Amino acid sequence: MNETAHIEHRDYVGAKLGMWLFLFTEILLFGGMFLVYSVYREVNTADFHEAGMEMNMTIGAVNTLILLTSSLTMALSISAIKRAAKMRSILFQAVTIILGIAFLVNKYFEWSDHIRHGFYPDSPKLLAMSHGKILFFGLYYVMTGIHALHVVIGISIIGFILILTLRDSVSGTDYVKLENAGLFWHLVDVIWIYLFPLFYLIL
Amino acid sequence: MVRTYFKITVTEKSWAEACLRKKIMEQKHEERTHVPTRVFVIVWIALVCLTGLTIKAAQMKMGEWSMVANIVIASTKASLVLWFFMHLKYEKRVFKLLIFVPLITVSIIIGLTFFDIWYR
Repeated sequence: MNETAHIEHRDYVGAKLGMWLFLFTEILLFGGMFLVYSVYREVNTADFHEAGMEMNMTIGAVNTLILLTSSLTMALSISAIKRAAKMRSILFQAVTIILGIAFLVNKYFEWSDHIRHGFYPDSPKLLAMSHGKILFFGLYYVMTGIHALHVVIGISIIGFILILTLRDSVSGTDYVKLENAGLFWHLVDVIWIYLFPLFYLIL
Repeated sequence: MVRTYFKITVTEKSWAEACLRKKIMEQKHEERTHVPTRVFVIVWIALVCLTGLTIKAAQMKMGEWSMVANIVIASTKASLVLWFFMHLKYEKRVFKLLIFVPLITVSIIIGLTFFDIWYR
């Protein structure tokens, strides 16, 4: 038995498949919201077009660049751990977390700006507007809000993995936890890729 | 009635050897799928360029077509992230095929809803 004791049972394919199945449920969750968006846009095209002008395109573009770059650093942290470069991987994970926080800080300024201008759910200014504009802002707060919640969860997971990497629980020979955290982070990026044109560009 | 029983005897040594063989095979697979940093950086540059393109497409005021253009560009960006950053290119075939299950499901749901809206 001593001979086999050091060989652990690992199922990387199973672990990744499980993560992908979870991500599929996330695609369906956001898919439902995209369905609601597309139907209301089709019914209230002009209102959605006008409401889009209230959006700050620059802050949306900056947040897109932040998330794209954070996806790159996440991918590089996995590359690094595969080469057993522990500190390099930790550095890239930390950069990913910082970029995630930067995204949320931007989001905070963006939302407080909207609230200052009187655009928030049930605000008197918004309720006086047309039905389509109320729907646009409702969808904007729900969809970017749930996305932001995913960013918060993603940051927490990467932070947790960073501690595991420091403790060598995630290492050059066992890094599937980091890979799965990366998959989650990239999916959050993919969803933002769609949210950006739908809300921030005047279509 | 004849019943046949199969009895497979695995000695601890041969079990250990099999495990080791599997591990070596997995390591070889990992080495084959070692993505150079350059690939990730190129993908990132492409993603940034496509972001610029999507903003340009929106400013061109093409009416309905700007929505189409933006969805096409967004889908290209999403595919790049899935294929390279999410390692789908280097995964087993089952992963590459499974991703179509939620995508087709969402497409069917949205497509059928629009049939209702357009032809009601």
